[in-house]
Order: sequence, then structure tokens, then C-alpha cells
Amino acid sequence: MNWLLEPSVSTFGPDIDQLYYIILIITGIVFFVTEGLLIYFLVKYRAREGRKAEYIHGSTRAEVIWTAVPFVVVLVLALMSKPLWDQIKEPSLFPEGAYEIEVVARQFEWEARYAGANGEFDADDSFTLLNRVHVPVNQPVILHLEAEDVIHSFFVPDFRVKQDAVPGRRIPVWFEITETGEYELGCAELCGIGHYRMDGLVVVQSEEEFEAWKQERVAANGGQP
Amino acid sequence: MSQTAIKTDWDFPAFAGEGHHEVGFIRTYIFSTDHKMIAKQFLAMSLIFLALGGTLALLMRWQLAFPGQPLPGGGIFPDTMAPGGIILPEFYNSLVTMHGTFMIFFAIMPLLVGVFGNLLIPLQIGAGDMAFPKLNMLSFWLAVPAGFMMLASFFVEGGAAGAGWTAYAPLSADGEFTGVYLGQQLWLGSLFILGFSSIAGAVNYITTVINMRAPGMTWFRLPLTIWALFVTAILVLLAIPILAGALIMLLTDQTLGTAFFLPAEGGEPLLWQHLFWFFGHPEVYILILPAFGIVSEILANGARKPIFGYFAMVLAIIAIAFLGWIVWGHHMFMSGMNPLLGTTFMFTTMVIAVPSAIKVFNWLGTLWKGNIHFTVPFLHAAAFVSLFIIGGLSGIFMASTPVDIHIHDTYFIVAHLHYVLFGGSLFAIFAGITYWYPKMFGRLMNTTWNRIHFVGSFIFYNLAFFPMHGLGLEGMMRRLYDPTQYGWLAELQPWNVFITYAVFALIAFQVIFFLNFIISMWRGEDAGPNPWRANSLEWSIPSPPPHGNFERIPVVHRGAYEYSAPGWDEDFVLQNEPPSEEAVQ
Repeated sequence: MNWLLEPSVSTFGPDIDQLYYIILIITGIVFFVTEGLLIYFLVKYRAREGRKAEYIHGSTRAEVIWTAVPFVVVLVLALMSKPLWDQIKEPSLFPEGAYEIEVVARQFEWEARYAGANGEFDADDSFTLLNRVHVPVNQPVILHLEAEDVIHSFFVPDFRVKQDAVPGRRIPVWFEITETGEYELGCAELCGIGHYRMDGLVVVQSEEEFEAWKQERVAANGGQP
Repeated sequence: MSQTAIKTDWDFPAFAGEGHHEVGFIRTYIFSTDHKMIAKQFLAMSLIFLALGGTLALLMRWQLAFPGQPLPGGGIFPDTMAPGGIILPEFYNSLVTMHGTFMIFFAIMPLLVGVFGNLLIPLQIGAGDMAFPKLNMLSFWLAVPAGFMMLASFFVEGGAAGAGWTAYAPLSADGEFTGVYLGQQLWLGSLFILGFSSIAGAVNYITTVINMRAPGMTWFRLPLTIWALFVTAILVLLAIPILAGALIMLLTDQTLGTAFFLPAEGGEPLLWQHLFWFFGHPEVYILILPAFGIVSEILANGARKPIFGYFAMVLAIIAIAFLGWIVWGHHMFMSGMNPLLGTTFMFTTMVIAVPSAIKVFNWLGTLWKGNIHFTVPFLHAAAFVSLFIIGGLSGIFMASTPVDIHIHDTYFIVAHLHYVLFGGSLFAIFAGITYWYPKMFGRLMNTTWNRIHFVGSFIFYNLAFFPMHGLGLEGMMRRLYDPTQYGWLAELQPWNVFITYAVFALIAFQVIFFLNFIISMWRGEDAGPNPWRANSLEWSIPSPPPHGNFERIPVVHRGAYEYSAPGWDEDFVLQNEPPSEEAVQ
């Protein structure tokens, strides 16, 4: 465990990580400079016999510098953050042609709903899945998040995806995963006594595997493929 | 003793020293209107809650390190909390909720505002008491029943509130979601009553600072503690009514069938979050601004040097207080509110880093070319600066909306908020208590034990909370009863065990502080009027000051930070020391 992040597997994950590292470097520099000065001053200006502190009230020039520089730095960080945030969270900028799934959170489980061939979530050949979400790799996916009782939060650390599921709202979340595999899903918002065991799995499959799996599920559900 | 004397006391509290009169035991120690006694009462109450809050943290840490194992001595808990000593998830949620509630509302806030506000405002501005002594008494005696109500909620059916100290609706709005009915209602009622206590205090502070400053005590000669407490009082006065309104709405959702926050009947869960954080973010600054004031005071005293950039420090306090009103949305980046709002709140949140940075640089500037005496209060104040830097910088990660996606609601925020509230506020409180203890009780705390407490606290504090940043980056969610339920978190379990041991040690060192605090009242060295050789008015009068504080209303000749000023024999000069020929060498 350290200040490095685990590798991410979504398309925007590396961009988030890069922004994180930029902030880590900037804050790291500020940390070492300020803490270093603090320790240096404490040692150098420790009280000694016959010495008096210098009678200094401040410096306007210093105030201007240490107001302006942090201001510019945080402003730049905010400006760097904005486009990435919009790309991830702004629904009007979501990618075209995404595969859409409904995810309903309730105490204390996740239910994924898959649309039938006609694109409807309540068709004969639509089906649901508990605590597992299967998604295709290298294709944008949109999850429509809903909650039945209280607020939950859909969190997949490896994807750098987190979004609250709020009762009464249908909140879209998108991601595109670049590696097949199984990734753990957790609830990040206190939702009651079972909050700690609201775990699930996101299974990322190749397109062929995903299609085959869907056919299998539809058949198992007794619908017409 | 005459009727006239009492009347004088009431009409001109600043001149109360002239109308001095004896009062009985009950009026002296229980229903006292003396601001110093009320400060001590708040001190006793909030230290008890601090200890309780720490105990709850200990229970949580046990469960996090050793989930499902019986707590040593846990047999004393009833089966509804911890059957056989094994903490139940519902009890854990109550622990999470009540730890936050105790610490924020019943420990840190009354320590900073109730204790130091009451103690320092009249003493440092040169007044005999508060503007409204009886309102002041009411303020304390509203906090007491609120505290008992909060404590009682542990013992009612369903247990104490378990929806987090933020009480997010709908979880908090209907007992069926948590199994907690009466407990949540007591939580709401208690905070509602406590709110009146805070408002009464705030009205008093604001009035007193505006009207009762001694002659010559201009605004820019005020100690920074007073500036910080004054601005804090304004925040309290404006923020608490918003909380009170939200609490009532939640209470009626729970009990009367309204649906402000229940979507099934047309309510809006995010409304609670907006109301709560519109109060809650100013509250965060209520919990840190007085600490800024205390630390400024003590750093200048330890360095024997004027505070660097006094005017900038005042402006930074005001800027933080103002910006504090327009950043609340950063608590809601993941809530599903419009992403454009997220961007807006990101910019305001980034900007609030600037006045915080100004404060840190000015504190460093204060030490530069000083002649630093490492008194115990100074050690805590310097520790405050070093820890507040960490808490401030970690805030920038979360202010950046895309980075926040990953670390929101994880142990990263747990680390951040404890760096600000414990590393920040609580270390400033240790600084303040050790600094003004002699003024309150007339005796000094034992320095050796205080140093041991400081060193142990500083080391184990960091060992406990610094690794939490890493847990958060690994994606460990907060408020988890049993992290080993998640595969990727089970691997991190050794860290949870490590943190728990660090917390055990951290709490053990606090026992030293509590014992020193109590024993020094009888055994401590006699303090004399000015043990720290400080400048502000409270050090010009005996310790503890008599009822009415000042023999004669002091006349102020200079600012509060004239340390090592040329022309004076000593490296300090009291604010009311006349600039006479004899005094100048």
C-alpha cells in the first residue's frame, strides 16, 4: 500500500490517474517545502540566551506572492479537471452506440436488468441478474442506476467509477472497459445494516462470449431468443 | 450586596468589578452567569463527550481489525448491541453515527466555541462579562439536556441513530430502513435543542465583541482569537437555523407522515443533502476558525515575535467564512446532481484553498527569525500547522471532481477529515487548554506529563490516520462494518489491524492528559498572572480572574502581538501597559 494507484481498466481511468499524479506531485512539493521550512525554522530559531526575536510585522510583497501563486495553481487544477469530469459525467457527451443496462440497487443487493432484442427492459426476452453485471469489453456501456429504498453508491475501484443510486432518480453512468476479467463492485454509501456486504461482481467479456452468455440467459429464462 | 450593586452589574456588565457581590454555591458552580464558570462547565461537558467519542472509536476499531471476534470485556453490552461481546452491524452503525455526532457537536464545537469563546471574549477585549450573562447560562443549560437526550438514545428500543452523522435521507427518514425509530428521533431532537444553545452563544459573542471592547481596543488591535471567534459566531448564527429547519423536516417525515425527503410520495432525497451541507460546510469552518485563532496566538507567543501579516490573517478568516457558504456541493459530487453544478463547486472549493494557504505561510512567517520557546502549548500549535498542511493538501485531491470519483466516500476522506478535525482542531484545543489552563484554574499543568502526552499523541495520531489515505486509494469504503467481506479489502486487513493498535496507543496517551488535567487542579504549580509572558489583557489580571475580571476597565494602548518590540526591557508588553517614560528604556 502506498501513494500509487492500482492499474485501472477503463478508457478514462488512466486520465483520472494522471490527474491524481499531477496533484500528488504539486501537493508533494508544497508538503516538503512547507514542512521543511517549519522544521528548519523550529531548529534555527530556537530560543537562545541573550537573543531577541526580530520585530517584524509582515511583508506585503510576500502576502501578494503567496496569495497569487496558490490561486493560479488551484485554478489550473480546476481547469484541467473540468473536461475530464464532463467527459465522464455529462450525459449529453456520452459516447454513441453504448450497450445499455439497468442496475437497480436495494438493501442489500444489486440487480442488473438486460433489455430484450427490441431494446425494452420489460420484454419477454429481457432478464435480470443478482449481484453480477456482465458487460462487453471495448465497447461503451451505459448503466441506468436506480435505487428502490435508500441511497446506495455503485463503486468499481478498478474502473474508477462511482455514482450514487438515488431513489426517485434514474442516473446514467458510462464506461468502456479495456480488459476482460472479473472486477469487484461495492456500495460506497451507508445504506443500512447490510452496507458492508453489498458486494457484487462486474464480469467483462469479449464480444463473442458476451453474446453467447446473453443467448444462454435468455434461453434459461424461457423467453424466445 | 445591595440592590443597586446588582443593578449596576446588570446594566454595565463591563463594570461588574465595581459591583462585586458574593453569591452562593449554586449560583457559583451550577447556575452561574460568570462567563469563566460557564467556560469551565462547557469544558467539563465537552471533555466527557470527547472521552465518550473516543471510546466509541475504540469499539469501532476493534471491529474493523478483528471482525466477528468478541470484544475483551464486551460482555457488559446487552444482546441488542454486542451479544457475547461480538459487535452487531446495527450497533456498529450506531457507533459510526454517534462517534461523529459526539465529536462534532458535543466535543469539538463546544470546546472551541463554548469554552474558548466564553473564556476569552470578555477577558481579551477587557470586559467584565458577556453582554447577556443569563442568556449565556441558558446556552450551557440547553446543551446539557441535549447531551442527555443523545446519550439516552443508546438505551431505547432499536438503539441509537445509525444513519451516519450526516443522516442522509431516505435512510434516516423512515425507521423501516434501519430499524431505528426513537433513536433517530432523539438524535434529531437533541441537535435541535443544541442548536438553540449555539444560537444563544452566538448572539452573545457578536454583541459582546461589538459593544464591550475596552477603550482603545480597536478592531485591528483585537487578538486573532477574538476575530476568529467573532466570525465563527456569525457563521453559527446563520448556519444553525438551516440545520434546525432541516431537522424539523426530517422529524416530521419520520413521525407525521410528511414526505420532504421520501421520493415515493413526491419528496426529494437530495434536498436533505443540500440543506444539510449548506449548514454542514460552514460548520466545518466553525470547527476550524477558532483553532486558527488559538494557534496564531500561541505561535506568536512561543516565537516571541509579532504575528506575521496580522491584517492578511484577518482577511483570510473573513474570506474563508464567506467562501465557506458556496462550497457545500463538493460533498455531493457523486450524488447525481447536475455535473455542471459539480464543476461550479469544484472552482469555489479550489479557491478556498487560497486563504488556507495564506494562513499557513503567515504562521511560517511568524516563526521566521523568532526566538522560539518550546512550551507545551507551542508544541501543540506547531503540530497543528504541520498536520493542517496535510489535511489542507489532501483536500485538493477531493476538490478535483474526476479524482474525487475514485476517493469519494472512502478512507481517503476519513483520513482527510481527521487530519483537519483531530490533527487540526483537536491539537489546537490541546494547545489552547494547556495555554489557558493556568488562567482558568490558577495552576499550571504538569509540563513533563504534558510533553509525554504531546509526543505520544503526535506519533500515534500519524500512525493511526496517515495509512488511511492509502486504504482510501485502494478503494476501502467508509462506514464498513466488516471490510473483509470484500475480496480486495480483505488483502488490506493487516493495515486495519495496524491502525487499530495505533489508535489504542493514541487513546492510552489521552488518559495521561485527562489525569494531568484533573490532578493539576490541586497539585499544579502556582501560575501567577502571566506565566507565558504574553501580551493580551487576560494576562494582566490574577489567575483565575475574580468575578467581574478587571478591577478597573483597562485602557488598551497597542495590538496583541507586540513581542520583542524595541524600547522595552522584556520581550513582551501587555496591551494595557501605559506608554509611559519610565517603561521605555
